[in-house]
Amino acid sequence: MLSIEGLHVTYGGAVQALRGVSMQVPDGKVVAVLGSNGAGKSTLLRTISGTLRLHRGKIDSGSVRFGDVDLGSRDPGQTVRLGVVQVPEGRRIFGRLTVEENLRAGGMGNRDKAAKARAQARVYEMFPVLEERKAQRGALLSGGEQQMLAIGRALMASPKLLLLDEPSLGLAPRIIGQIGEVVAEINRQGTSVLLVEQNATMALGVADTAYVLDVGEVSLSGSARELSQTDEVQRLYLGHDADQPQERAAPRAHRTLSRWTA
Amino acid sequence: MTQFLSLLLNGISLGVLYALIAMGFVIIFKASEVVSFMHGSLLLLGAYAIARLSGPLGFFPAILVALLITGAAAIVVERLIINRLRGAPVISLAIVTIGVDIILLTELIRRIGSDILNVPHPWGGDSFQLGAVGISQNRLIAIGVAGVLIALFFAAFKYSNWGIAMRASAEDGETAALMGIRQGQVSALAWVIAGVLAAVAALFLVGSPTPGVTPSAYAVALRAFPAAILGGLDSVGGALVGGLLIGVAEALAAGYQDQLLFLGRGFSAVVPFIVMIVVLMFRPSGLFGTKELTRV
Repeated sequence: MLSIEGLHVTYGGAVQALRGVSMQVPDGKVVAVLGSNGAGKSTLLRTISGTLRLHRGKIDSGSVRFGDVDLGSRDPGQTVRLGVVQVPEGRRIFGRLTVEENLRAGGMGNRDKAAKARAQARVYEMFPVLEERKAQRGALLSGGEQQMLAIGRALMASPKLLLLDEPSLGLAPRIIGQIGEVVAEINRQGTSVLLVEQNATMALGVADTAYVLDVGEVSLSGSARELSQTDEVQRLYLGHDADQPQERAAPRAHRTLSRWTA
Repeated sequence: MTQFLSLLLNGISLGVLYALIAMGFVIIFKASEVVSFMHGSLLLLGAYAIARLSGPLGFFPAILVALLITGAAAIVVERLIINRLRGAPVISLAIVTIGVDIILLTELIRRIGSDILNVPHPWGGDSFQLGAVGISQNRLIAIGVAGVLIALFFAAFKYSNWGIAMRASAEDGETAALMGIRQGQVSALAWVIAGVLAAVAALFLVGSPTPGVTPSAYAVALRAFPAAILGGLDSVGGALVGGLLIGVAEALAAGYQDQLLFLGRGFSAVVPFIVMIVVLMFRPSGLFGTKELTRV
């Protein structure tokens, strides 16, 4: 379980990005973090994955713990070995490396060869298109395929907790739906997921619980179902007016009432 | 024609040695974003170690120890200086390597003095005749050894975990870090390999037709610079092509010196730099270099 307590983070000693954030990602659950640009979502993930220092950020107070290990003092490599793996925002696949090399790069933190082979089989099973294109350079994949590759690359490290930074960014609605299914499937296979999103529809669709970040603070939290009913989330993230019915009745296919028998 | 073929063969033998040195520059640049100006003194260190140790240890053990010494010197510089300055501007790092180079070079020159240290290559100074085309045995062996090393190097770069880690972290360091790739390790290994390659080049560069180890061996590494740069500083394939191009151009200029006399004696020594300037005028990022080398 990932637990964050009273986390304060600043950049360059001046800019406060997180102000007393607390949240939990229980084992086997999907937790969504919603928030607009500048809310501190990326900072949160950087703090967990240990890349905060690369951005001259610093934890002022509070703690980030995975199980009983304090992640605040770990470097990215150690964090990966503990089973906490991040898919970066904007996919950031290695465009000059082939698909297969990208996956191998993702498995670098994983010393267990058998686990790596299992992970690769799982990735190709989940994303058959990656196996078809394994000899192609990453840069030649479509946006959706690149996102699949970015997720597959992270799965190569056999994560216990997967951190996803805006996987829907810049993708077509149909692909976003697929990403949602992929997240649900990864979770079914036993990996906890922390999903940072601006696309609340997808995120709340797959998450068990959710938090809303607002200028570095948690402004709302609760079960995903409850949260999607609140006025604020409806208005800000789901694009509905609060008093409109949330679900429109979809035309149902009529059941065949009787079978024509000869 | 015979003269031309002979010069070509000698040029290639020189070129593969330049390529070994230039590939070292390139992987250091890719792994640590440092243009290492200390290759000259590393090369001289390798040559000096082989010459001094082959008496007490015997020739082949001396080579082994010299390779270790040069590799160790490279990694010490990387760990003690370069790694701690990560994130410093590229220019500052380059100047730091110049500083280290001058310190090491000064010490080596002091030790070598005005002597010419002899390296007792078992293959001696004999030359090998292939029909009418002649080449020193030393240089012929150099082609073979360097060819094998270059092939191994390319295979490692393409297929090994180190190669993939290196290419991944050269392309996007932060993302590579998120995969658990340790840039420090990748960089340290790149320096060791570059140091060892320079020492291998040194082994052959101080043999026939060169008389032995003198501080002038240092200048050879300087001529490998244009090889790396005209190939494109971030391309290992470019380093190989650049090395061969420079080697052949230099050998031809030396061989046809009499016809080129109007340019002055010793013109061949500046040919590598002229080739580099001409290539860069038409292809500013080198023959195979990535167009934009600046990274945010």
